[in-house]
Amino acid sequence: MMALNIPKNKTPIAEQEPEIRNHNFKEVVLGYTLEEAITESNRCLQCLTHPCVAGCPVSIDIPGFILSLRKNDLGESIKILKSYNNLPAVCGRVCPQESQCEGKCTVGLMKDHEPVAIGKLERFVADWAASHEEIEESPQLVESETKGKVAVIGAGPSGLTVAADLAKRGYKVKIFEALHEPGGVLIYGIPEFRLPKTIVKREIRAIEELGVELEKDVVVGKTLTPEELKDEYDAIYIGTGAGTPRFMNIPGTNLNGVYSASEFLTRINLMHAYEFPKYDTPIRIGKRVVVVGAGNVAMDGSRSALRLGAEKSMIIYRRSEKEMPARIEEYHHAMEEGIEFHWLTNPIEYIGDENGNVKSVRCLKMELGEPDASGRRRPVPIEGSEFTIEADTVIEAIGQTSNKVLLSAFPELKLNKRGYIEANSETSATSVEGVYAGGDIVTGAATVILAMGAGKKSAQAIDEYLGSKKKA
Amino acid sequence: MFEILEKKQIVPKEYDMWVKAPRVASHVKPGQFVVVRTDEKGERIPLTVADFNREDGRIRLIFQTVGKSTYEMSKMNVGDFLADVVGPLGTPSEVKKHGTVLMIGGGVGIAALFPVLKELKKLGNKVITILGGRTSDLVIMKDECAEYSDELIITTDDGTAGIKGVVTDGMKMLVERGEHVDYAWAIGPTIMMKFAALTAKDLNIPIWVSLNPIMVDGTGMCGACRVTVNGNIKFACVDGPEFDGHDVAWSELMTRLKQYKDQEKISLEKYLTEVGEM
Ligand SMILES: Cc1cc2nc3c(=O)[nH]c(=O)nc-3n(C[C@H](O)[C@H](O)[C@H](O)COP(=O)(O)OP(=O)(O)OC[C@H]3O[C@@H](n4cnc5c(N)ncnc54)[C@H](O)[C@@H]3O)c2cc1C
Ligand SMILES: Cc1cc2nc3c(=O)[nH]c(=O)nc-3n(C[C@H](O)[C@H](O)[C@H](O)COP(=O)(O)OP(=O)(O)OC[C@H]3O[C@@H](n4cnc5c(N)ncnc54)[C@H](O)[C@@H]3O)c2cc1C
Ligand code: SF4
Ligand code: SF4
Ligand code: FES
Repeated sequence: MMALNIPKNKTPIAEQEPEIRNHNFKEVVLGYTLEEAITESNRCLQCLTHPCVAGCPVSIDIPGFILSLRKNDLGESIKILKSYNNLPAVCGRVCPQESQCEGKCTVGLMKDHEPVAIGKLERFVADWAASHEEIEESPQLVESETKGKVAVIGAGPSGLTVAADLAKRGYKVKIFEALHEPGGVLIYGIPEFRLPKTIVKREIRAIEELGVELEKDVVVGKTLTPEELKDEYDAIYIGTGAGTPRFMNIPGTNLNGVYSASEFLTRINLMHAYEFPKYDTPIRIGKRVVVVGAGNVAMDGSRSALRLGAEKSMIIYRRSEKEMPARIEEYHHAMEEGIEFHWLTNPIEYIGDENGNVKSVRCLKMELGEPDASGRRRPVPIEGSEFTIEADTVIEAIGQTSNKVLLSAFPELKLNKRGYIEANSETSATSVEGVYAGGDIVTGAATVILAMGAGKKSAQAIDEYLGSKKKA
Repeated sequence: MFEILEKKQIVPKEYDMWVKAPRVASHVKPGQFVVVRTDEKGERIPLTVADFNREDGRIRLIFQTVGKSTYEMSKMNVGDFLADVVGPLGTPSEVKKHGTVLMIGGGVGIAALFPVLKELKKLGNKVITILGGRTSDLVIMKDECAEYSDELIITTDDGTAGIKGVVTDGMKMLVERGEHVDYAWAIGPTIMMKFAALTAKDLNIPIWVSLNPIMVDGTGMCGACRVTVNGNIKFACVDGPEFDGHDVAWSELMTRLKQYKDQEKISLEKYLTEVGEM
């Protein structure tokens, strides 16, 4: 390899100062200017093997979009991105890049070098496109007879992707969404300061402009049955996510002030409790908040609590920093904002006061033992290590399981041992002919881009299935 | 958007509405509820489907004004639209031929009792109904319940109608009279359901109650509605709202219902000031 002379570090990006942003819900990362983006794009080697592409679950032509950006041809750059990814402004912001595209980047593998800031560049191009909508070619809608009708259940990233891709291929697609707003976790889970809702809405509007119809307030399994959908549509895609919260089930779980992260974040994001009483839905926020868990959901919960006025927001996690599943950027941001981390700590009981409000958390110290099934070292309690943390709000962010509302109305659908839908990993086909499923409802809680990847593959498979059915 | 087709005030603070919601009307079963949002800034509130008409796609909601959202809804008129009506949610009641059923209703809970009672009657049960309230005027739907009941007993705290006393007095009276009851339902204020369940236990009657914890989504995605039943955590919006009354942890439910008292007061006062009724 030729001698390289590129800056070792990513081009710095503007952010709100930690002491300011931890009191507001505005976006933390402000984004690159055109100049900065071009500077960063020059760090890409355009390497022939471009391993970054293999690291991206939807195989975006990363060197391609970066090259167009470098040439200041942003119209071409967004075209490339959109041909692989219907939600680039979202993915550029929330993908765990360090374990995907950027994790494989050649520059990042060189001594002392950070990878190319692929996510930040993707975000830059997508945001630019949004403010220059006239440049984007309006999609070629197939006005003639449609190739078939497809129903999509759930308007999360997975359902939105399959719908957009099938609409582009000439199908008539209708999405049914249980909540009063489409977007799935992008709307009700991930907070405004990480992913502004206007961006999600903008990307959904673009999908609707492709001709996709969207009906909210429909809980499939209740408002409509799977049978009715089967009668009316040629194929069905299930993208209902892994929405049901799990609880530790320790004494005191139902005390007032103990939340699941799902409830806490839904109140804030979907229901705008941070704007109470302008919006009607309230939230309780104490002085001292304990969040259990250390994934993205836990980071979002603890950082939201701080923004709502908590004096101290703490994360307790039964494993160590090394095993923490959160995106590295969120962890850094959380530390800067003053979140306190208590590693190797597990709650065993929530203690309440005489009015039924939580007042403290009894914990045990843990140590790491032998590796468990996940390959991570199993935390084991240290005897006699019990201690108490005072807290008036507790948020459990220990994971989700599959929501049973649709599944119990669809008994023919084969589930796996963990209670998720069994689907072919290439085609997303389920045990029922013409019914496909993907995203968190198949994999369990995963990532936005994986849910989208499943939607993409499935659109291809549904197209092939309906095409062959027509010929037959 | 869901159009309000009919609206009337039935007693002070209680309203009776028919709303156009064809998908709900065609799928709802007795015991199920909907989640309603009045407008874009509104809270998601659960209300039982008190009646429905599958043919013309309408459902009936009967509600009491207790806070901001229900006050706001009471100010809406025929021709206005509710932003969201989603459902039918929850598990339908176990309606089948039991023999003799005892239906106990209190306050606005009578509205939730009514569809279950009606269906049980249609299925050929002998239906004995006890409706309770503070005073005669507050006992709603007397005539409608009477139409589907073999016997209707009213209890009022002040004796202005029926027996002077509470619903549990009516329950005891029936058993003393030698009536055999196969199954009971009690729907009303939490405190009434608690005591009805305790009395049913003494009288050896199995009893269903319909719990009304605070909810957000109503589809099993948040856990706000969790209640302890028989020592296990249940989500009332999907596992319920009806549960075996002998197994419910009542005091926990009552504590959880007070969770947002301070904020609810702020919200209501702000609203009443805005509409000039403070
Ligand atoms: C707080 C939080 C933070 C996260 N942060 C990140 C991150 O930074 N990066 C990342 O990559 N991933 C993150 N994730 C994970 C990511 O959001 C999910 O993996 C992804 O959203 C899954 O997409 P999905 O389309 O499968 O399901 P969802 O996004 O869950 O969408 C499912 C949709 O289906 C609807 N639905 C459910 N049941 C029915 C029914 N019966 N009828 C009709 N509609 C129904 C739901 O209301 C919902 O809108 C986070 C998750 C959470 C909760
Ligand atoms: C399954 C179910 C069925 C119901 N059916 C009916 C009905 O048919 N008619 C009727 O009048 N009421 C019914 N309720 C109660 C009704 O939902 C509440 O009265 C309403 O949400 C209060 O909203 P608010 O903004 O007017 O009052 P708020 O000021 O928000 O609260 C007043 C009181 O209502 C309770 N409450 C508040 N928010 C909720 C919520 N989201 N869910 C449940 N309770 C809440 C609280 O305990 C509080 O003390 C039902 C509740 C449930 C769970
Ligand atoms: S979609 Fe995600 S993984 Fe793929 S290039 Fe963009 S940021 Fe990287
Ligand atoms: S691996 Fe890195 S340097 Fe190579 S093409 Fe991809 S982004 Fe550019
Ligand atoms: S109301 Fe959210 S789970 Fe029941």
